[in-house]
Parts: sequence; structure tokens; C-alpha cells
Amino acid sequence: MSAQVTLTQNPRLREIGDAYERLSRSRSLYTVLLIVVCAVIIIGGFMVADEANSGSFWGGLSSFFDYPADIITGTYAAGWGWFALVWSYLPFLVETINIAVLSTIIGFALGALLSFVASRNLVRNKLIVFCMRRVMDICRAFPELVIALVLVLSLGPTPLAAVIAVAFHTIGALAKLFSEVNENADMKPVDGLKSVGATWGQQMRFGVLPQVLPNFLSYGLLRLEINVRASAILGFVGAGGLGAELKKVVDWNYAADISAIIVLLVAAVIGIDYLSGWARRALIGKTGTI
Amino acid sequence: MTKPLSTEVDALSARHPGVIDRPLTQRFLPFAVAFVLIAYVFGSLASFDVVRVLSGTRTDLVNLFFLDSYAYKVHAVRKLESPEFVLSLEGSRYAVYDERPAWLAVTGEETDIDLGSDGRVHIKGDTLEYYPKDEEVAYKIKFGPGLVPQLVEGVAPDWMRASDIQVDMRPSLFARIWITKSKIEIHRYFLGWENFWFDFDSPLNGKSFGEIASLAVSGERMDPAMANWQYIFFQFWNNQEWQHGEVYYALLQTVIMALVGTLVAGIIALPLAFAAAANINPVGVARFGIRRFFDFLRGIDTLIWSLIFIRAFGLGPLSGIFAIFFTDTGALGKLFSEAIENADRKQAEGIQATGASSIQKYRFGIFPQIMPVFISQLLYYMESNTRSATVIGALGAGGIGLKLLETMRTRQDWENTAYIIALIILVVIIMDNMSGWLRRKLIEGSN
Repeated sequence: MSAQVTLTQNPRLREIGDAYERLSRSRSLYTVLLIVVCAVIIIGGFMVADEANSGSFWGGLSSFFDYPADIITGTYAAGWGWFALVWSYLPFLVETINIAVLSTIIGFALGALLSFVASRNLVRNKLIVFCMRRVMDICRAFPELVIALVLVLSLGPTPLAAVIAVAFHTIGALAKLFSEVNENADMKPVDGLKSVGATWGQQMRFGVLPQVLPNFLSYGLLRLEINVRASAILGFVGAGGLGAELKKVVDWNYAADISAIIVLLVAAVIGIDYLSGWARRALIGKTGTI
Repeated sequence: MTKPLSTEVDALSARHPGVIDRPLTQRFLPFAVAFVLIAYVFGSLASFDVVRVLSGTRTDLVNLFFLDSYAYKVHAVRKLESPEFVLSLEGSRYAVYDERPAWLAVTGEETDIDLGSDGRVHIKGDTLEYYPKDEEVAYKIKFGPGLVPQLVEGVAPDWMRASDIQVDMRPSLFARIWITKSKIEIHRYFLGWENFWFDFDSPLNGKSFGEIASLAVSGERMDPAMANWQYIFFQFWNNQEWQHGEVYYALLQTVIMALVGTLVAGIIALPLAFAAAANINPVGVARFGIRRFFDFLRGIDTLIWSLIFIRAFGLGPLSGIFAIFFTDTGALGKLFSEAIENADRKQAEGIQATGASSIQKYRFGIFPQIMPVFISQLLYYMESNTRSATVIGALGAGGIGLKLLETMRTRQDWENTAYIIALIILVVIIMDNMSGWLRRKLIEGSN
């Protein structure tokens, strides 16, 4: 009660109190606005999607478990032969993982090179940095699907289409992250190397690379996880690997084969997630930011 | 500059062991890693049969794609029984030009066709003469109904294919002269996207921008049912060939898939992440269960989720929304719960000390700390899901991905494919910039 009295009597305190109230009112207004915008997006988007969909939401809800149930009964019916099926699809899994690893290596190497010429602190020439950043943006903006479809058309159905498509996107995505790491690097080693007459390449190799390499590798491993998923999906449009096999058996509705491929794919995705998570923690240490 | 004495070097290397003379294993490790990687790259490329694949490349298809994506061709066709040339867009029966263009001139018995940078064609009676630009030679071909066309003057160059049924000349990518026993067909390419704004049959087709603009604000109503600007928009939106209306609707569906899927995932993942964090939820079994649930959602992947949802909800963006929502609940839940575990507990304790309820403690003690992670990850996922939504769209979830696949399958509407690709990239770049801008605004604004 007494606090209220002093608040209204002291003009300075009243001013502060008013300012606080204005601020909190505008903040809560923003919060309400944000919630309303999100609600509109979700409800409006949901209605648009429901209308455009060939089946409806409420109709589908009841049949949601039908397909998984079909697959499980089909798998059960296959008996012990199911394990032989899993074994027979293993080479395709290896192909998918090969696609992912290969495209990550290519994307990593080219992305790292690109990032050094796209970092503001490492290159004096603003024009070069600007152009390289645009190259990066274009690589990143191209959805893998577009490149894969064009390549499948001209090369025929081959894993190479997926490799090029995923690598192209990886170059842009990694170069952006790498250049951010580069820009946070300590410039003192570079200055030291410059003062003893090192060339630009030597400054990068001995001054910057040792600082940023752990972060680069960590981002590269994170990208590998994403690329395993991407290369599985691209198989669906004819770019080889496990995805292509999955498309076949889904079209033919071979339940046991579908479950065999799904189990392989999920095991591979989770396995690589854990491996790369472990490797990243080893690289950056437990306190790492990534 | 003096050379350091060997004793000094020895002293230095004794003080810092392993710096000057690094052990051999360490020195060669980078080379060994590089060697293994290069060997792996070449080995796996070989296993993909790269040489065979590259040698079998359909370069003609690729060339055609690139040419057709920025140029259109006009066919001038004359059946040999009739004297008239019929001009049409890409040879379509529904897009026949009524007026003769300036590059095709008829004077009495003779016809002159200007092929731009590829020279000109002169037809008189039963002979066709082709004069390539900047070349002295002329190629004279005799033709007639039922007769095999014959090259009577000039030596056949490598771009001319003569057989016992036809003569086919392709002096460059931009022109073709094709004579058979029954017809003469001449193709000329023009740069640009024909009929991009209005249909071939639309009364607005061929009008300049100024004319359209003046029609929009004044003039007689072209359609009594609606105002002129509405009519112009209607004609553009319902362009049969470019299908602007359908394309933008598909684009909207894709963006909705990404936005709604990610937003719902974020909203559901947040409370679950609190329940999965070790510093919030003391029940170890529950934590373990929720974490494995996240792994399950994430591991199944968008591809398989979309297959399952397409079976349940049918083809369309609804299935895409759910596929993205399920996968990202797992991914975001994992990220959020890690962020919550890294949060400073002192702030929560301070709020608890004022007698706050546990909900208030989390709301004001923990949530502000993970807010930046929450917003930046949500925005990042929204952006990357725009791309994913395109991909799962092609698998059957509808939207622009499916539209792209459709135009590619027809293998002739390459200009539509190029248009859709350009739109996708534009939307991805817009989403990218918008999420970056929002991220800066929201996170720096809150600090």
C-alpha cells in the first residue's frame, strides 16, 4: 500500500512506472500479434491444404494405421525369409551411403575452398567476396530435386545424378557455414605469418585452417547426416540407391520388401546420426557450440 | 638476417619437443588421409560406372532443354500440293498465325524467308535455294510431290542430312530446313517466352504494354461481365499454356507445407523437450522414453512418413504437412531439450525463491534462455523445409514439386520447366532472406 503511495507521489518514480507499463504493454502486444500470425498461418494453411488434398483429414485419420498395419502383417507372413530380404537389399544401402559420403566429400572440399575467398576478413577485394557469396547463394538455393531430375533425364537413371545434385547443394550450404567460421577466426596468426612474408595461400594454410578445421569437420559430419536422407529421397526420382528400390516395392506393394528397406534405412540414418554426433563431440569437446 | 646456429636450433627443439621435428606419423597423417579420401572418391565413382554413364549422356536432350527454355520456334509449313505456307507456334494446330510475318515474303510465284543470322531461303517453282549468311555458296534443292528431294547444287556439309526420303538441314541450333516428299518445313527460333502473359487465342495477345495499361484504366469493356483490369488479370491468370494460376497455387501449397509443418512441430516439440530435459524432468524412464520417441520420429525420415501419410490422407499438401511435422518434431525436440539442459539454473532458482509456481519458473526462468535457440532453429528449419517440401511434393505430396515433375515428364514444355525452376529458386531465396532478417530482428531485439 505504502509503495503505491510513494509511486504516485514521487513524479520521477511515476515516470519510470509509466514507462515500464508502456514497455510491457507494447511487448505483450507484440507477443499477441506473433501468436495471432502463427495461428492464422496454421489454421489458414491447414484449410488450404485440406482443400487441395485428394483425401480429407478426418477421413484419413481413421485409416492412418491401415498402411503400417498392412506392412507389419505382410512382414509377419514372410517369416524368417524376411531376414534374407534385408540382406539382399544391403548392397543398395551401401550405394546410398556411398552417394552421401561421396557428395559430402566433394561438397566439403569445394565448399572449404569457396569459403576462404568468400570471407570478408580474409580477402581485401570486396568485389571478389560479393561475387563468391552470390555463387554460394545460388548453389544453396538450387533444390537437389531440380538438378537430379535434369541429370536423370540426360544421364539416365544413375547414382551419379544424385551425387552431383547433392554435392552441388552441399557446396553452397557448407561454404556459407564455413565462411561464418572463418570470419570468427582469430586474425593474429595471419598477421604474424604476413609479417614474415607468407603468401596468401600460406597464411590460410598455417594461420586460419588449424583454427577452423575442427569446426569445418563438425559441420561436414552434420551435413553427412542430412545427405544420407537426401540421397535416399533422390532415389525416388530415379537416382539409384535404396530410394529407387523403395519406389519399386512401394509401387508393387510388396509389404515384406517395404519393411525390409524401411528398417535398413532407419537403422542407417540413426546409426550415422549417432556416429557423427559422437565424432563431433570428440572434435569440439563437450562444451562445443554445435 | 643471420642463420640460427645449430646449437640454438637444438636447444629450441629440446624446449618444445615435437614442434620442429614432428614425429613421422604426425607429419604423414594429412597425406595418408588425403590419399585414402582420393582413393575412396575414385573407387566409388568407378563403382557407379561413371565412364559408361558419361559416354551415354544424351547431350541432344540437354541442348534441346536449354534452347527451348529461353527460346521458342515458329514453324512455317507448306504442303507441296498447296502454294501457301502455314505459320504456327511450335507446330501446334491451335496456335496458327493469321498474319504473315515480315520475315516471310511472297511475291507472285516466289517466296523469300529470312532466317536472321542463319541466312535466307528462296523458293521458286520446284527449287529451294538456301543462302547461309557470310558464305558465298548456295544450296539448291529440287523437290516435288512424291519426288525424293535432291541436292542439285553445292556439296552437302555436315549439318545437312540427305536420305532417300528427305533432306534435313540444321545450319545452327536456331534454324532448320526440312524437305520431304510431301512438305517443306522451316523452323526459326526466336529468343524469349512466347505467350507468357496471354494465351495465343486471347484478344489481348500481341498487344504492347502501353496498350494493355491504357486498356486497364480506360476504354470500352472487353468483356461486359467485368472491368477491364479484372479481365486482363483473368486472361493472365488463366493462361492455358503457362498456367500461372495453377503454378502459383502449387507454390502456395509448398510454402504452406513448410510453414505449417515446421510451426506445428515447434509448438509440439517445446513441451516435449522440457519433459526430455534432465534438469527439468527427474523421472529417468520418462526421459529415456521421450528421447527414443524423438529418435523414432527423426529416423523414419520425411520420405517414409510422406509415403505413410499419402496412403492415409491421399495425394496432396496435407500429407506433406504431416510428414514434415512428424520428422521435425523429433529433430527440434532433440535440439530444444539439449538447449534446455545447457540453460543456467540460477535464474530459475531466483524465480522460485519469489514463490513462483513451477510453470512460472519455466516460463520466466528457463524459456527466455532458450528463446534464441528456439527462434533461430525454427526459422532455419522453415527455410530448409521449403526445399524439402519441393522434394516430397514430387513424391506425391503435391505442390510445386509435382508440377515440376509433370512439366518435365512431357519433355516438350521446357520453357514451363525453366519458369517453375526460376520460381522455386526465387521462393527459396526469399524464404532464406526473410528467415535471416526475422532471426536478426527477433533475437537481437529481445537482447
